Amino acid sequence: MSAVDDVAAVPMTAKRRGAQLIMLAFAVAIVMVAYANVGLGEGGKVPAGMLGYGLGLGGLMLAAYFVLAKFAPWADPLILPLVTLVNGIGLVMIYRLELATRLASANTQLFWTALGIVMFSITLIVLRDHRALQRMTYTAGFVGLGLLILPLTPFLGKQINGARIWIEIGGFSIQPGEFAKLALVVFFAGYLVAKRDVLALAGRRLLFIDLPRARDLGPVLITWVVSVGVLVLEKDLGTSLLLFGAFIAMLYIATQRTSWVLIGVLLFAGGAFIAGQLFSHVGDRFEVWLNPSDPALFYRTGGSGQLMQGLFGMGSGGILGTGLGQGHPWLIPLSFSDFIFAATGEELGLTGLMALLMVYALIVERGLRTAIAARDPFSKLLAGGLSFILAWQVFIIVGGVTNLIPLTGLVTPFMSQGGSALLANWILIALLVRMSDAARRPPPQAIQDEGLTQVFQR
Amino acid sequence: MNGTLKRAAVACLLMFGLLMININYLQAVKADELRSDNRNTRSFFARYESERGLITAGGETLAKSVDVGGDFRFQRKYIDGPVYAPVLGFFAPESERGIESAENSYLNGTHPDLFVRRTVDLITSKPTRGAAVDLTLVPKAQKIAYEDLQKSGKRGAVVALDPKTGAVLTMVSVPSYDPNTMAVPNKAKAAKAYNKLNADDNEPLINRATSKTYAPGSTFKVITSAAYLSEDGTRDVNTTVDAPNVLPLPGTTIGLRNYHGESCGGRATLIDALTISCNTAFGSMALEMGYDKLQEQAAKFGIGQEMSIPLNVVKSDIGPDEGKAALAQTAIGQRSNQMTPLQMAVVAAAVANEGKVMKPYLVNKIVSPDGDEIDSARPQELDEAITPDTADKLRQMMISVVQNGTGTAAQLPGITVAGKTGTAETAKGAASHAWFISFAPAEDPKIAVAVFVESGSAGNDATGGAVAAPIAHDVMQAVLQ
Repeated sequence: MSAVDDVAAVPMTAKRRGAQLIMLAFAVAIVMVAYANVGLGEGGKVPAGMLGYGLGLGGLMLAAYFVLAKFAPWADPLILPLVTLVNGIGLVMIYRLELATRLASANTQLFWTALGIVMFSITLIVLRDHRALQRMTYTAGFVGLGLLILPLTPFLGKQINGARIWIEIGGFSIQPGEFAKLALVVFFAGYLVAKRDVLALAGRRLLFIDLPRARDLGPVLITWVVSVGVLVLEKDLGTSLLLFGAFIAMLYIATQRTSWVLIGVLLFAGGAFIAGQLFSHVGDRFEVWLNPSDPALFYRTGGSGQLMQGLFGMGSGGILGTGLGQGHPWLIPLSFSDFIFAATGEELGLTGLMALLMVYALIVERGLRTAIAARDPFSKLLAGGLSFILAWQVFIIVGGVTNLIPLTGLVTPFMSQGGSALLANWILIALLVRMSDAARRPPPQAIQDEGLTQVFQR
Repeated sequence: MNGTLKRAAVACLLMFGLLMININYLQAVKADELRSDNRNTRSFFARYESERGLITAGGETLAKSVDVGGDFRFQRKYIDGPVYAPVLGFFAPESERGIESAENSYLNGTHPDLFVRRTVDLITSKPTRGAAVDLTLVPKAQKIAYEDLQKSGKRGAVVALDPKTGAVLTMVSVPSYDPNTMAVPNKAKAAKAYNKLNADDNEPLINRATSKTYAPGSTFKVITSAAYLSEDGTRDVNTTVDAPNVLPLPGTTIGLRNYHGESCGGRATLIDALTISCNTAFGSMALEMGYDKLQEQAAKFGIGQEMSIPLNVVKSDIGPDEGKAALAQTAIGQRSNQMTPLQMAVVAAAVANEGKVMKPYLVNKIVSPDGDEIDSARPQELDEAITPDTADKLRQMMISVVQNGTGTAAQLPGITVAGKTGTAETAKGAASHAWFISFAPAEDPKIAVAVFVESGSAGNDATGGAVAAPIAHDVMQAVLQ
């Protein structure tokens, strides 16, 4: 009997479904107020479609909540409300920009959000045990690579804004790179779990760092070549940096070897330097980064004009912002996609951006918490990898538009207009939710006293 | 793996930390620099986002902001643009002029006095509304002054003051311009309109009442008389002075002559000298007094000072001490003697106001968007130019000018008018300037006027009495009736 008491003494994680529902309602409420604010700021009245819009978003999130409650009852209660908030703010910004520029379309984005939630639900319903993904390690790898090179195929691939990262099927433009991102993280997780012991083996020691064995460099070099290939062939600096960075981070998490990070950084820096010398569009980015306000660069096509417009917007927003509907965010080129963060900064100000970054940081940290709480190496690595790639993507694009790092085009997760990214990121969140459910689910209860020995925690 | 995961978590937090520090730098530290960068077109849009305050005068709206919606929501419209343009100025895409510039912080709502109002608008998400600026101008007099001057086909200016307060009742400059052409929210169009006006030889953009100085001619004799009467309190209107046909100018071969070589009879009383505007009499008075006395008296009237009313008024100046020959010419408003029309109105007003010089002002009051008075004009005495006794003697002399002398065209039925004409030679052979300064009613002055008509007419015969006095007549009539 005493042993059963011991089991009961193991702290039980609460489901906290009630708290999740309240926070979800709160997130939807914030978004509705923001939506009303756009109308009040722009035309002095609450937008006519506000109720339908709010109920639409609320209904979608309620559906997602029920799916989550049914199929992943132990899941982290914070992730869904946080993502809802960011997605909602993104919708509001696009709605706001639609009033000024025809390129933005709030309805399309709402449609993709709905589809994203459908994908979220399907993932949760179909994928009852994420460890099934481990068995598809190499399939995922091939799928990921295939998706990456898809835009290069003739007839299918399409070049927009200088980058060849789109394919067109039946009138829809799809960015396969966003899905490749997911497949490749699954592949990295499966592969590294299998090979991490070998990769962790020490080779020669140089200064304070244990270098890996030369023959283990293979996978790193292959990923590097793929990344550089993306950079050169698709002119997509962002995805190249995103994938390579995520791989190096996962390699480090799996092997605990700092030397991998160093090698990765050196390889990327070398690659970027060579690319900068060979391709003018890469070199330009560096020039712009170092001196964005230079008039010569400002007025040059592909110069710093776009970046500076974003900074002007943020500067004009100041600490409190102009208020939704009251700024001029459409003056920023691509304000609804790559530069949505700067556009948000103009109208919501420093205050709004700090809150937004905080929400992103919370999502990432909830994901990493899931990784730490997970019970098997594959789950740890997958959850860690997915969380990191989310943080890394936010860093690359937000750092780019704020000129912290050279600008490389990437989607701002859940905010930028674009279906592919929304779908892929909702699947990413579904995977995190699935893993957090597994991690937080109490260990199976022993039926017999002696069965207790089956219970272990890593 | 938990150890490296935790380190990865720290790395993620570090990345977010860097992003946060960077946006703080951009939006708090560097915000002003980015906001005011001239490549940031937002400041251009921002000009049309707040409802700029009205500019009114005597119950009439002179400038207003019209809500047209869209990117350039509030657009500036001027009613009777050319009549008021030299005072109001204009609100252009990148700059403003005149009262629009001088009272900009009230009009656009950024003045500290409007802080509470602005905060309420911010919270209720309404566009900022500026305060209204009410001017001291009298629309009726302003319009008639503009029409008269415009009709003459000449360039010129009219300034009318309330002698007791210094309030500017009329300020007209001709040729004028339509400020609406530059108030369009289109930089290229506004610049084109501006450049066209700026290149015009008639200089329509210049407010002749405040921004340029001209030889005052015989109107300056009021100041010479003031100095002469002040120098010795026993002198009065009947004191006689030398008034030869030709006043020899020391060090030159030519003498100072009277207008058209007329004679003043050898000696003249002060009142007669002013009435018939005898040049040689005033020349000899100045030679008797010396430069310093004249300069001192001029300074007491405010000559030699720049002013802000709140339009900038350039410095008037009697010129440097260049010897006796020059002094005799200075005394009759020639040589290097240069006055703004506003300054001459101030001189007339000071005589009317028992010698006290009141600072001219254009803004009557500032009214918040809710109709509360935020600020109102406080009349300010600058100096006592002459004693009330001297002022009274000058008044008698100036009344005589209008009743019996060169200024009869300014007579008003039933009202005593005091005045002085002026016809200033500009260059040999060029047309002269015509001046007239006056105040009325002489017993209890309500208005002091200065009328200036540049290069009076095609011929040399245009005198202040013929060209300028009738305009002063109309302006005084408009204010008094």
